[in-house]
Amino acid sequence: MSTSELDVKNAFDMESKRLSIKAPEIRYDKQGDTPDEERVQKAMLHFVKDFGTAAAAYLDSCIHCGMCAEACHYYVATGDPKYTPIWKLEPFKQAYKREASPFAFFYRKFGLKKKVTVEELEEWQHLIYDSCTVCGRCSLICPMGIDIASLVSTARHGMFKAGLVPHELHAVAERAEIDGSPLGVTPKVFEERLEWMEDEHDVEINLNKDKADILVVISSIEIQKYPAAFAATAKVLNAVGESWTYRSDGFEATNFGLLSGNLDWQRDISMRIIDAAVKVGAKMVLLPECGHAYMALRWMGANMYGKPLPFKVRHVSEYLADVLNSGKLKVKKVDKSVTFHDPCQISRRGGATQAPRDILKHLGVDLRELPNGGDYNWCCGGGGGVVTIHRADELRYKVFKLKMDQVEATEAETLLSSCANCRQNFDDCQNHYDWKYTADSLLELVADNLQEEKA
Amino acid sequence: MDLLELARGPVIQIAVYVLLIGSLWRLLGILFLQQKPDFSEPRQAGGLRGALKVIWTRAFTAPVFKKATVYSKVLAYTLHIGLFVTIFFFVPHIVFFTDVFGVSWPGLPNNVIFLVGVITVSVALALLIRRITHPVLRLISNFDDYFSWFVTILPVVTGLIMPIRFGVRFETLLAIHIFSVALLLVWLPFSKLAHTFLVFVSRGTTGAILERRGAKT
Repeated sequence: MSTSELDVKNAFDMESKRLSIKAPEIRYDKQGDTPDEERVQKAMLHFVKDFGTAAAAYLDSCIHCGMCAEACHYYVATGDPKYTPIWKLEPFKQAYKREASPFAFFYRKFGLKKKVTVEELEEWQHLIYDSCTVCGRCSLICPMGIDIASLVSTARHGMFKAGLVPHELHAVAERAEIDGSPLGVTPKVFEERLEWMEDEHDVEINLNKDKADILVVISSIEIQKYPAAFAATAKVLNAVGESWTYRSDGFEATNFGLLSGNLDWQRDISMRIIDAAVKVGAKMVLLPECGHAYMALRWMGANMYGKPLPFKVRHVSEYLADVLNSGKLKVKKVDKSVTFHDPCQISRRGGATQAPRDILKHLGVDLRELPNGGDYNWCCGGGGGVVTIHRADELRYKVFKLKMDQVEATEAETLLSSCANCRQNFDDCQNHYDWKYTADSLLELVADNLQEEKA
Repeated sequence: MDLLELARGPVIQIAVYVLLIGSLWRLLGILFLQQKPDFSEPRQAGGLRGALKVIWTRAFTAPVFKKATVYSKVLAYTLHIGLFVTIFFFVPHIVFFTDVFGVSWPGLPNNVIFLVGVITVSVALALLIRRITHPVLRLISNFDDYFSWFVTILPVVTGLIMPIRFGVRFETLLAIHIFSVALLLVWLPFSKLAHTFLVFVSRGTTGAILERRGAKT
């Protein structure tokens, strides 16, 4: 079957309502019309190319104990052994042994490791993209200390170069690269939304100032779905009395280059923020409630830039904890029971687990931690770009049941999170299951409960 | 040169050379790959401190994973401790090590070592059965897993049968035991058994990277 036939057979569906469509049959998406042989070569070349000591040490150390399966929501929810995290890397492990490992020569010479085929890679597309949110829970169970999540990201680099990315994820990543936003939010749309929120919430939202201490960015998901984030951020920053601004030339926080595995796009997207921040002389870039945006800029941004960033990068929860702890911001007590869903890339992978807990303490809520939450929290199931992949919907809903059990066990009145992508997935699954919990924004709870004037 | 002289002489010597050179090659092959600098602003010190931390802490299971992994972990730890005890606390082994390295330490009574050996083999069998029957393990296992199991347990078995003799000359049995050890030493650097030293590299790598982020390790 040629690529074009494949595309026609599985028509591209970006527009219809999520709940009205049935997931298309399992299919393997291809971009472009590269011959199969070349695809495999490209995938392997680019997988092996950005191979460093870390990835090699990991792939060489696996003892096939299978424990990582027990940490993976996909395996736990389905019991299907193919979702064993390290198995998701099998073709790449094979390629590593053949091409780059210390004994690659022997493996090739004696044909000990077979060449990876395009059919294998197509099959693995489901494992590398549809059924891994790069949440990193498996990395915590591995007795060899292998960071499996980082290997999946590396494998995605190869898959992208080979043109073997799920269509929807490829499409949003391409939009992000070309238009500056995965959801088609142009600077004009951004400005209109911002002004609308300024009116609606009667708050001054700084835009395109020439100089500012803080450059604030926002996620397209917030712009389109949770625009109140504009106002909430502005209220807080104005209350503290910061010098800050949004910029039309660098507003998008999400990075679908990272999620899809295109390193060049990842760099381009990060550089938009970095350039804007340098232009306004920012001392800090304030990241919105978005998990992977934190990973992309806080921990990978400087490496895209090629040198240390001339400003700090903070997630809004870190900033809030900071100004509340130092007394620059004061909040009223909130009398309700709350549970908090830790976004993987901010807490477990990012190291900012304490920040939301500090904030909730200042709000005086009755915090009911999720069982096995915090750093060991179950992923919402929508991270790593998975929520964009329609064919993965059924699986995503299945996996979400773990999350539902976890949240229900707390019997808390309110569910909070600090990631718009998590919230989007919570919303979609809430609809699917007609569930009673809605994931609300931690930032908005703070902004809604500011003490009017610093007395 | 009789069989025992052959085993004690050139065979074990060559095996040790293969072990050392193979291990060094594999280790350097990994360490000499590119190491990209990390320019991100660290939350805290990572580096060596983080590496050492995770090398130590990952020996233990986080409470949330205990229930799911307790069976494998108990078996695996028993296997490792069993191997350690039989290798380093059997008096004839200590005599050998004293011969080579010039240091000596007290051993355990032979019947204790025999018992530990039997436990070690039993546990290894249980692990093999698990590998064959558990859907996850069956899927991810390959030749390396099964052959490594075989060469690890062979020296224990050839050691355990020595007192039983089966009417074979003691020297012949000892030679067979040494051959099985040689096989283990030769196989180790090229197989998953290299986790003997790679475990420090992979845990250390993760520790160094994630600790500087303040992320969970």
